[in-house]
This record gives sequence, structure tokens and C-alpha cells, in this order.
Amino acid sequence: MANIRIITEKCIGCGICIRNCPFNAIKVENKKAIILENCTLCGSCVSSCKFEAIEFEKDEINNTDDLSSYKGVWVFAEQKNSIPAQVSYELLGAGRKLADQLEVPLSAVIIGSGLDEAIKELIAYGADNVYAVDNQALKDYNDELYSDVLTRLIQQYKPEIVLMGATTYGRSLAPRVSSRLNTGLTADCTGLEIDPEKRILLQTRPAFGGNLMATITCPNHRPQMSTVRPKVMKPLEKDASRTGQIIRPEIKLPDEVRTKVVETVSVACEMVNLTEADIIVSAGRGIGDPKNLKLVEELAQVLGGAVGASRAVVDAGWIEYSHQVGQTGKTVCPKVYIACGISGAVQHLAGMSSSDTIIAINNNPDAPIFKIATIGIVGDVLEILPLLINEFKARLGK
Amino acid sequence: MNVIVCVKQVPGTNEVKINKETNTIIREGVESILNPFDTYAVEEGLRIKDKTGGKVTVISMGIPSVADMLKETIALGADEAVLLSDRAFAGADTLATSYALSMGIRKIGNYDLIICGKQASDGDTAQVGPSLAEKLDIPHATNIRKIEEIKEGYIRCQRLTDDGYEVIEMSLPAVITVVKEINEPRLPSLKGMMRAKKATIPVWTAADINADINRCGLKGSPTQVIKTFVPVHEIKSELIEGAPAEQASKLAEKLLSMRFMKCV
Repeated sequence: MANIRIITEKCIGCGICIRNCPFNAIKVENKKAIILENCTLCGSCVSSCKFEAIEFEKDEINNTDDLSSYKGVWVFAEQKNSIPAQVSYELLGAGRKLADQLEVPLSAVIIGSGLDEAIKELIAYGADNVYAVDNQALKDYNDELYSDVLTRLIQQYKPEIVLMGATTYGRSLAPRVSSRLNTGLTADCTGLEIDPEKRILLQTRPAFGGNLMATITCPNHRPQMSTVRPKVMKPLEKDASRTGQIIRPEIKLPDEVRTKVVETVSVACEMVNLTEADIIVSAGRGIGDPKNLKLVEELAQVLGGAVGASRAVVDAGWIEYSHQVGQTGKTVCPKVYIACGISGAVQHLAGMSSSDTIIAINNNPDAPIFKIATIGIVGDVLEILPLLINEFKARLGK
Repeated sequence: MNVIVCVKQVPGTNEVKINKETNTIIREGVESILNPFDTYAVEEGLRIKDKTGGKVTVISMGIPSVADMLKETIALGADEAVLLSDRAFAGADTLATSYALSMGIRKIGNYDLIICGKQASDGDTAQVGPSLAEKLDIPHATNIRKIEEIKEGYIRCQRLTDDGYEVIEMSLPAVITVVKEINEPRLPSLKGMMRAKKATIPVWTAADINADINRCGLKGSPTQVIKTFVPVHEIKSELIEGAPAEQASKLAEKLLSMRFMKCV
């Protein structure tokens, strides 16, 4: 069994490993380090030790699967009403780089109904091949049917890398598929690279609410699977002259389906979906009263953005939970995040700190939100918001 | 209805203090808590039991001291709780975790519904629920915000999606993962606390649940963490000063000068 062991002859009890342990699982007793039972075998301590006094005894992993038989980079293109989600194009942008570096083709996989237009788009955005499973029964997302079809495709065509959007559906579908294939899956990645020597995927993702980044690999299993956070990767410029091969595999659908989606409701007031929005205007307790939410909504409307909220505002019942940004709500990374009257508790920051530009409006100059804000305004949010709405209306001619 | 609730113990805060000199993490004096999302999972299990009768069993995988956390769920009203604990489980990624949980759940047996929190606050992967359902070969639905109906062999529930919600029907047994919106967790009762005090939490090893140790812990984990590092946020903060009207005007100007804003 795998184990991390302190070589007591070499350990001098300096304690550097304690500081490097993300899990607080090492202590020093009698000038020797001791690994505690809550060690997760992450290995952070091993490289931190200047005296080579920590040994990581890893088990040999016997995988009889021939890894070299897996080739190519796949992007699962999520669609709604036969239109690919924005994240699909972002993944093609990221996948293109990986595929070029590995010198393998980049393929998009799309499951749905009436996909001809979508297929053209996927090629225009960088796919060399499109695997399309076009069937009326697959028109709308269904966990069971989609996971069945995708698993079969992967088993048949053996890609080495499969990327999916870290959307609600992607984060439900990917673990189901990876579990059936008994391969690794890294959630919510924000960075993807290829290790040029080993030709494996280096997947970087935030952990501990974004306070720590971890780079994860899947060396001995294929495919290497990741879900990728929307809005992080950049799509390629659309090129309608690109050509690609279209493959339409015959996939037999399961006879019995235990899951049925009986109704789909898009919430009209949420004009733009939070996780896909370029601009989010978010309300915190500082707006004082639920009726002032109107100001936040109006600014969002003028800018064509979505409305977010802090936990305090949701808990007070001022706005629905689906608007909540933060650790127990949604993780977002828009181009602009405007925090109105949000003080910036760690839990909130965990959900939005990767936004490109953060604007903070708050009356307390010491509020933690200002520490991560690109632009700050210290002032009364209720006074600033109407002025800001008028400014934008005037400048945008609305 | 017999419900099994999967829970995880997590650090009470994600605030990672950084030692600026060595650029390493300080995580001292951080208490452990029940993963916040799992409190809603436990509560939903208890509500189903309150309505339909049956039993709520809580299961977790972790170090021996997690037993104390499981006692808290007994205090809330869970009938039983079991802990999977074995050094063979250490270093498990989500695949190895869901495998071990599935074997523990097979041993518990006789269940209608398995409830997990949407995700754990330390890893934020949200992968164990769907992966567990696959290992048990039963359907799953994530991000459930409301159970509309549950009866023998059938559940109808609302799933939060990126732009609204959908209503899903599934046959039982099934796995659901729940979001915060689903309920407001209760506090432990005095009677519950007394029961918890007396309760012993069975601890099952890999052998107890017939788990193949090649599929457990680090050995059974296809993914490996090869590096952890502290993200460097180089933020050039800028405060806009002046009278409110001036502040608003400057901010609007700055925002509209950004390239993408031109298409607003």
C-alpha cells in the first residue's frame, strides 16, 4: 500500500514540510517529523524537504490497457436547441493548442437532433473532425442517454484527451462517463498544457475555494478527462472556410431509460445566464433594502449583464438562490464583475475572484472586496448606482 | 423510504494563510466541519423519513475522528451512521472514493434513495455523486432544489440548470445531489443529542466492505496531484476619488474604454 515515510536518520525536525502540507497532517516530535493519519498522500511534503528525508512509496500501477492505442483530442460540444454552447468554442480553442502540440487531430463530439448547422460552426471554430450523433430522441440533454452515447463513442474511437465544459450538464455527464470508463477526471480546470516529454495533459485547477492551485495528471489511464471552467479559455477566430470531416456513428440507444426530463423552464427574469455572462452586476447587503435591487437589475439591464448576489442577500430572501455567487452558490468569471455593497467575505471571493475586471462599490474603505478589486469606489452605493445608470444610458444612447 | 446520505468532513475555512517568505501555506488551528452542502443532504433525508417513514443512514469515508462528526448527524435524527476508514483508502481521488462508497452502500443494502451534497467545499469537484451512481448502476440527477414527489420506485424533482430549472422523473433507487435552496437544516434536538452521546459508529475497513484494495485510495486513483502552488494575484488596484457624480462618470468612461464593451 502506498505510504509516505519519514527517513528519521535524515530528518532534522526543521518543520519546512509542516508548512508545505495543505492538510495539516505533519507534526514534529522530538526533532523528527511524523506523518499523521489525516495525510492524503498528496506528496507536497516530499519535494519541500531539503534533506531528502521524506520518501513516497508508490504502488506500481498495473494497467494492461495499451495507452498508445488512444489518439486525438476530443471536445464534447454541449448544445441547447441544436446550438453549441459558448463553452464548446472555448474548448475548441484550448483543444486546438493541445492537439497541435501532440500532432494529433482535434475532434468535436456533438449529441442532439438537427445538428447540421452546429457541425459547420464546430468546424469553423477549429475542429478537424466532428462526430455527430443526430437523433430525435437525443434532442434535449438527458444524463442517462448522453452518458451512454458518449461512453460508447469513447470506447469505439479511443481519444487520448476528452474536454468538457464545467457547466451544470458537463459536471454531471463527465463523472458518469469517467466512472464507467474507470479513468481519471479533473474538475473545473482553468489551465491545460501538455508535458512535452511525457506527452500527457497537465490540468490545473483551483482548490480550497481558489486559495490554492493544483496541477493534476492522469498518467496511466485513458482518456485523460477534464471539465473546464467556462469563460477561461479563448475561442479561435471563426473561419468559415475551414473544412473538416463529419463522422456519423451508428449508436444504439439503450432500451430502457430510467431518467426522464419532463419539463424545462428557463427563468425569464434571468436575462443572461450567470455562468456565461460577460458582465455581472452583483448585490450585497450594502444595498440596504430589497427594493433597491431594482437599481442593480437596471444597471445589469443597461449593460446587458446578469444579476448576481451575495449569500447575505439570498439568505435574507431578497432574491432567489439561483443568483447567488460564492462558495455555496455559483462560481463565475465574467469579464466585468461589479460588486455593489458587497463586503467580500472569503466565501464570496471564492466564487468570483477570477473575474477579469472587478469593480467594487462600497462605503467601507476597509472592506476586503477592495483588496481584489481592479477599480474601487468608496461611497454610498445607493447614490452611485443611479448616477452610473444614467452615465451608461447617456453614453450608450439607451 | 430508506435513505442513505453521503457526507464528508472538510476544513472549516478555505482561508489559506500564506507564509510570504517561503511562499507556503499555513493551515494551523483550522477546525473540521461537516461539508456545508451535506447539511442539506442530511436534512432532506430526514424530511423524507418524516413524511414516508423508513430509515436514514449516513455514510462517510475518512480518518477515525470523523466518527464524531457522524454522531452529529445522529443528533439531528439519522438512525444510523457508518464510517469507512482504512489506510488503504488514503489518497483517494473521486473515482476511488465513489468506488469505496459504493461498496459500503452495497453492504448497508436496502435503500431507495442516496443523497449527496452538490459538492464538497474543499475540493469543489461535484464528481462523487454521479460517479457513485455509475458504480451502483442506478440513475442520478445533480443540483436538485426540490423533491416534488417521492414514492415507491419513483421520484420527481427539480434540478437547477444554468438558465433555470428542469423537472426530472427517475425510477428508484437513484442518487440525487442537492443544493442549498432545497431546505433549511434543523438543529439537533435534546433527545437526539442524548442518543448521539450513546451511539457507537461502526468503522468498516476495506476488507469489511469486500473492496478490492487495488481500486481504493491512491492505488485506485487515476489522477495524481503533481504540484500545488499559491496563485499570484497581481492586482493593480485603483480607487476613483471625487464627488459621487464624478466617480460615476469616471467609472463609466473607464469601463466603456475596454475593448469588448464596445459591443454592449
